[in-house]
Amino acid sequence: MPVITYRQALKDALAEEIIRDENVFIMGEEVAQYNGAYKVTEGLWKKFGDKRLWDAPISEAGFIGLGIGASWLGLRPVIEMMFFSFVYVAWDQAVNNAATVRYMSGGQINCPIVIRGPANGGTNVGATHSHTPENLVANFPGVKVVVPSTPADAKGLMKSAIRDNDPVFFMESTLLYGNEGEVPEDDDYLIPLGRADIKREGSDISLIAHGGCVLAAIRAAEYLKKEHNVDAEVVDLRSIRPLDKATVLKSVKKTNRALLIEENKPFCGVGAQVSHMIQREAFDYLDAPVHRISAVDAPAIYSPPVEKIQIPHAKQIVDEVRNILQIKA
Amino acid sequence: MAEIIEMPKLSDTMESGTLIKWLKQEGDAVSSGDMIAEVETDKATMEVECFEDGILLKQYLEEGGSIVIGGPICAIGEEGEEAPEVEMPEPVAEEEDEADEPEVEEVTEEAEAEEEVAEAPAAPTSKPAAPQVAARADGERIKISPLARKMADEMNVDIARVQGSGPHGRILKADVEEASKNPQALAPAVGSSPSISLGAIEEKTDKVTNMRASIAKALVKSKTEAPHFYLQSEVNAEPLAIIRKDLNDFLTTIPPEQGGIKYTVNDLILKASAMAVSSVPAINRSWQGKTIKQFGAVHLAFGVAIDDGLVTPVIRDADSKSLRQIAVEARELIAKARDRKLKPDEMSGSTLTVTNLGMFGITDFYGIINPNNAAILSVGATIKQPVVDENNQVTIGYRMKVGLSGDHRVIDGAVGAQYLQALGNLLEKPAILLV
Amino acid sequence: MSTEAPETHEFNKGRSRTLEKTDLFEFAKDPVNEAMTVEEKIKCFTDMVRIRKFEQAALQSYQKGKMGGFLHLYIGQEATAVGTISVLGENDHIITAYRDHGHALTVGMEMNPCMAELYGKYTGCSKGKGGSMHYFAPDKNFWGGHGIVAGQTPLGLGLAFALKYKGLKGCCLCYLGDGAINQGVFHESLNIASLWDIPVIYIIENNGYSMGTSQSRSSAFPDAGLAARAHSYKIDYITVHGENLYEVRAKTNEAVQRAYNESRPTVMEIFTYRYYGHSIADANHQRYRTKEEIKHYQENKDPINVWEQILIEEGHLDAAKVKEIDKAAKEEAKASVKFADESPFPPPQSMLDDVYHSVDNPGTHTNEGEIFFNDSLPF
Repeated sequence: MPVITYRQALKDALAEEIIRDENVFIMGEEVAQYNGAYKVTEGLWKKFGDKRLWDAPISEAGFIGLGIGASWLGLRPVIEMMFFSFVYVAWDQAVNNAATVRYMSGGQINCPIVIRGPANGGTNVGATHSHTPENLVANFPGVKVVVPSTPADAKGLMKSAIRDNDPVFFMESTLLYGNEGEVPEDDDYLIPLGRADIKREGSDISLIAHGGCVLAAIRAAEYLKKEHNVDAEVVDLRSIRPLDKATVLKSVKKTNRALLIEENKPFCGVGAQVSHMIQREAFDYLDAPVHRISAVDAPAIYSPPVEKIQIPHAKQIVDEVRNILQIKA
Repeated sequence: MAEIIEMPKLSDTMESGTLIKWLKQEGDAVSSGDMIAEVETDKATMEVECFEDGILLKQYLEEGGSIVIGGPICAIGEEGEEAPEVEMPEPVAEEEDEADEPEVEEVTEEAEAEEEVAEAPAAPTSKPAAPQVAARADGERIKISPLARKMADEMNVDIARVQGSGPHGRILKADVEEASKNPQALAPAVGSSPSISLGAIEEKTDKVTNMRASIAKALVKSKTEAPHFYLQSEVNAEPLAIIRKDLNDFLTTIPPEQGGIKYTVNDLILKASAMAVSSVPAINRSWQGKTIKQFGAVHLAFGVAIDDGLVTPVIRDADSKSLRQIAVEARELIAKARDRKLKPDEMSGSTLTVTNLGMFGITDFYGIINPNNAAILSVGATIKQPVVDENNQVTIGYRMKVGLSGDHRVIDGAVGAQYLQALGNLLEKPAILLV
Repeated sequence: MSTEAPETHEFNKGRSRTLEKTDLFEFAKDPVNEAMTVEEKIKCFTDMVRIRKFEQAALQSYQKGKMGGFLHLYIGQEATAVGTISVLGENDHIITAYRDHGHALTVGMEMNPCMAELYGKYTGCSKGKGGSMHYFAPDKNFWGGHGIVAGQTPLGLGLAFALKYKGLKGCCLCYLGDGAINQGVFHESLNIASLWDIPVIYIIENNGYSMGTSQSRSSAFPDAGLAARAHSYKIDYITVHGENLYEVRAKTNEAVQRAYNESRPTVMEIFTYRYYGHSIADANHQRYRTKEEIKHYQENKDPINVWEQILIEEGHLDAAKVKEIDKAAKEEAKASVKFADESPFPPPQSMLDDVYHSVDNPGTHTNEGEIFFNDSLPF
């Protein structure tokens, strides 16, 4: 299997879907001639031309709304948010129009749009550009929210998202774009939305994470094995809505302990939902309270060294696991 | 056919309207589109539009009157037609206090029907099984993970006796597994002598348990209200030891179902204490403020130490019970006390109390009188010591000190002394206890 | 008919033209009108009467407490929906805001499901899930029915974009109120429409009031007219007297032809008037305007009366025929009330239908996992 970057995996998925379905087009700020602010679409305009790649003016509400309207007539727009933080200026389009049209029309209209882009902190771009809104978006029935952590997942989930008939919010990370991994070359490599992945098997505690935090969890798990002979299982949610309840519960029932890790702010975060689900459905399997690690509950700080510790990192995960398992450092 | 015009709903939040002014009077001709009245709603004053053509036959509502949406306000019909009689709804109350049970309106008949179907097969279920004791004998809640609790239930492990290895002593899965594999490792049942701990003493502040609070309240009241006096006498405990040995040597060879039993020293003391009352009934009294009550029966309380507390179960009518009856009853009450299953009536209504710290090697001490008793006996350990016998020889003897704290409001020293004397006689000639 | 304009407070400079007496037949010779058959002319009349009767019936039902929420009536504006939609072809699409009953009936939605939707019934056009503001009929190229002011403006842009993308000769009529022109997303849409030559036609139905706020109190530079804002984006714009169906049709057709032939957007501003409040709940609608103002419109500018007068003068209509159409529409509306009344409410289980395509069509997506997160449903 070829080893490629997360960025390349996304690009391959987009290119394959553009070729496969003439209704797929990409629109966003500087996605075409400029090659994409983070180069996810690099080279695609040259290859597929004006019809399939659209450099939009800085008008998120305008072009997300355009994408939604176009999707009703059967097009499959993939709209790039240069930063996911920008979706807020198009919030009415995203959560009033994309999320509810199927419902309010009594099932007559579908909205097969993908809104994608990086949603992460840790790059010192300040509070306005560092949002991780997966919890906010997932709160709206009618949309799906996907957060891939590896190159292979990025490809398989993107292809599924584009082929999906419901609106999908696809949240990437600028910190993951350069990561490499094995990715299948199959044109129909599809990962179902709503299927979590066990990134590392273990029996002592379940580390449940999504996005960049999955990698921190894996690093922590490796350290825990080496230093403390603790076998941590790493569960990558991959999709926030639909949520793979079965895999999460199965893991917790096996390890009897859960630590949730996310870059979300803690208040009403994804972890709050998952934690509720675990206590509700696996209460009798818990040997410890469910713990959570989230970003420090303040707007993203600019100061580079301090921002590093604002968002969850491997050492924090190790410490919390030691705390849960009562292991002395 | 006359049309009844109803109070219209004029806003999304309106529930009733007040008719401010009639714009058309009875007998006036009206046509569709005419405004016939002004109505004040929760939002504003609005005009009521008429969608009928004809004559305004009758106004059902006077100016200033209020009515709910849908209530009749007037009738419109043809010239000369009789206005229909209408039933007026209750006038709108000023401020309705909505303390009623919330009601959920059924949306459709289908939904109702389905609900019935859904509920029908649900057979009446038995009450959920009572969970394992959630508290230790000392009243403290047992910290246990949900998983460990479920496993303990399944494996029939008594969680009250499992030491938790988790944070704050939480019992974990591994602890239950260990306990089920290795029952000897279980912590001793509460109530037996305290275990030693060589670990560091943890500094902490605990909330006062209910038991401690009630002990504190009762004893402060007794010690501050009842003027205590103290007496002590020494008893030759050798006869008691001999008779107990003889009894037990025989009775313990018999299977329990055929009457086998093992007496404790305390059983004998309880029997003697109750029996001595018949010689000095004044000891069995109670200060009642303006009166003093002489009890006709001895309800004998005795102290049982449990973790972080003390309970005093009561043997009723102890004066008329045999040693065997007292022994059996005491055993049951002690077991219940340790399981914290004593009922309130098994711990109340005493007339005399016996406490015993002999098992800890305490030789002499004085108790605080149980409220509503006149005295409390305090029994010390039987000590092997040199004694001067009737031949003025120093020999090895067995001595036990019995103390008495008396409530001077009720009894005087002489009464106490007489009682101790009577008790001493019984203890030194214990065969009488078997009568 | 009196033609004297009433003294009105806060009346808008930009709207003074709406009070002019116009030549009813000025646009009769326009090719799109010349080509009209008698049947088509009668149908336009019937459509307008049906909208009015439907809404009058809806109003009465609302006042009887049969429905909840808002009810934004179109009465007074009928020629706008009927005139504009009557010139459209098969690849043309329509999207509007929350005052949507008129457009819905004009595109061919039936009264029964429309009335049942107001009643919140399962037989409603959106199964009781949308309500008054959210009618949809994609099979009739009608895309709603949108509740948020100007929220539909980029959606209409997207519909037109899709036509262009697919190489179809068509356009999208995107209606908005005069209050919507001050929303940012409308301007984003205008910019993109012009930038990318998108065949969208924005139709500002200018009824003079942005909810309860007159134009002069809500929009800067009203003298220029609202459509003039299109000028900054180099978009062609037209103003229209909304009471005259001939004029509405002629000017709409001009925009439609521009869309077809040049793939260029247009902004139309149609002067019209609503007789009722912003919504039923708009209790104060007689506070921000006078009774005389409303009466003046009803007597001089009522689109149904104007079209009736034209057709009578042309000899296509007489009093008896008018009465017949009127009666039929009233009966149809009455029947829809009965239908709505007798229809069942949605079963509570249907609440979870139509949220996700993948849930309603299992097996058609690569989807797994839980979608809904109720611990226990209240039904």
